[in-house]
Amino acid sequence: MSILQQLKHKDKIQPHLEIHDLSLHFGGVQALHQVDLEVPRGILFSLIGPNGAGKTSLINCISKFYEPNAGKIIFNGREITPFRPHAVARFGISRTFQNIELFKGMTVLDNIKLGRHIHLRSGAVAGMVYLGKAKREEERLEEFIDREILDFLGLTPIKNRVVATLPYGMQKRVDLARALSAKPEFLILDEPVAGMNREETQDMITHILEIKKAWGLTVLLIEHDMEVVMNISDWIVVMNFGEKIAEGTPAIVQKNPEVIRIYLGHAYSET
Amino acid sequence: MDLLIQVLIAGITIGSIYSLIALGVVLIFKSSGVINFAQGSMVMVGAFITYALVVQFKLPILLSLALTFVISGLMGMVIERFVLRYLSGASLISVIMVTMGISYILDGGALATWGSSNFTYPKLFPSFSIQLGGVKVSSVYLWSFLTSMVLLVVFLFFFKYSKMGLSMRAAADNQKVAVVLGISARRVLSLTWIITSAVATAGGILLASISALHVNLSYIGLVVFPVVILGGLDSIPGAVVGGLIVGALEAIAGVYIAPYLGGAFQQVASFAFLLIILLIKPYGLFGTKEIERL
Repeated sequence: MSILQQLKHKDKIQPHLEIHDLSLHFGGVQALHQVDLEVPRGILFSLIGPNGAGKTSLINCISKFYEPNAGKIIFNGREITPFRPHAVARFGISRTFQNIELFKGMTVLDNIKLGRHIHLRSGAVAGMVYLGKAKREEERLEEFIDREILDFLGLTPIKNRVVATLPYGMQKRVDLARALSAKPEFLILDEPVAGMNREETQDMITHILEIKKAWGLTVLLIEHDMEVVMNISDWIVVMNFGEKIAEGTPAIVQKNPEVIRIYLGHAYSET
Repeated sequence: MDLLIQVLIAGITIGSIYSLIALGVVLIFKSSGVINFAQGSMVMVGAFITYALVVQFKLPILLSLALTFVISGLMGMVIERFVLRYLSGASLISVIMVTMGISYILDGGALATWGSSNFTYPKLFPSFSIQLGGVKVSSVYLWSFLTSMVLLVVFLFFFKYSKMGLSMRAAADNQKVAVVLGISARRVLSLTWIITSAVATAGGILLASISALHVNLSYIGLVVFPVVILGGLDSIPGAVVGGLIVGALEAIAGVYIAPYLGGAFQQVASFAFLLIILLIKPYGLFGTKEIERL
């Protein structure tokens, strides 16, 4: 089923991620107010809106860094609202951060290996002596990382560099690699091209699209670069003051007068 | 010359035990930012548990040791699960004060149970003596040094290669990312306290074997602070090197300087040295910059 068909029949098939009536407040500040979302499987789904609209709060609720005050989050048909953050990660939801979060003193390779290691089966003792099953797993791991992540993202030449010594754009890419290392099926990207120049942005977008296709990922994207968002999104949700104010395909959202007024400005209404 | 060698051997042995105890303090600081003031009391209680099992309950030595580590591990787990977990989000200084409270409870409990007399510690290691460059070394020093070194190496390997060790390092480095990668922050903290309690106990058993057992053994907690601060609060290798330095320094000060400056100089020597080092390297020998200062 093509993505567009899928979007049309949204009600009939089970979405990858559903959010019902989600509210979150910090003291008297309402960060999210009764937000409903449905993210179909395999699409690139974007969240846009002015700063402070609640986009990051929303994904922090999904990865359970924030405890929502009301509402439900359902992933693969299973309610994940009661689970703790590390458990949510193990269901196959991975994410990057707006401000790069990495193990900065470690090498690129170690950062990625660590993410993968946690999911290996061999226990502490086997891992310590590097024998038998642990050794085979270790070899498979190296192969997976080399082929599927480092080569794919063009990180092979710098895999032994310490993260803190890399330029910003590269660190962003390592952050993506780190998120992929957990082999997720649902990837959340919080402003992946923020602060990047045109060329870096283009590279990053190409990588995201390629990996999405190759791994069959569902991607939830937050981004302020409207050119990027309009070009690559299958579906866009617009937020303002913690509420969803519009949603649709890029073509529909671009024409929505309210969205133009509060966020896009007039440049987009004319194109 | 022989005297110097003897002093150094004693100092480095004691120092290696300090390293072990300091490892626990560093682990807790790395994973939660908390400075554990109860470490010294955990050392003392650990030593008393073995004493009670061997002398009072008359259990075989190996069984007693195994039981001691089970009990002290549980003690660490209980402290984390039923005290510190409820303080997550509380200000750091409150948590540190609570560890002081735990320290008083353990000290008071030990005093009430065993009283304030000196106990001869049971012989846990087979004794013999060897000649080292014309100096006679008593076996208890050798055993202690070997035991603490083996334990330190085991822990270094654990942190470097095991899955749980990796998880602990990851959580200490960046908790947000660790959680996103599926590491449970609670499990890591619980394990940290179990390991801390176990190394404290090992240190206690060794120290009591070398001298004798008394409730005041918990003052070792104060000696461990120059060790961790010297090495750098967040550095595991720092704890090891710091321990050896402070041990050697104390022994040398005790024999060569104390006769001129008074007997108590041994106890302040490491602090004096610490002051000088901190003037040159404010974050300790191996510490990372920008770590919390109190």
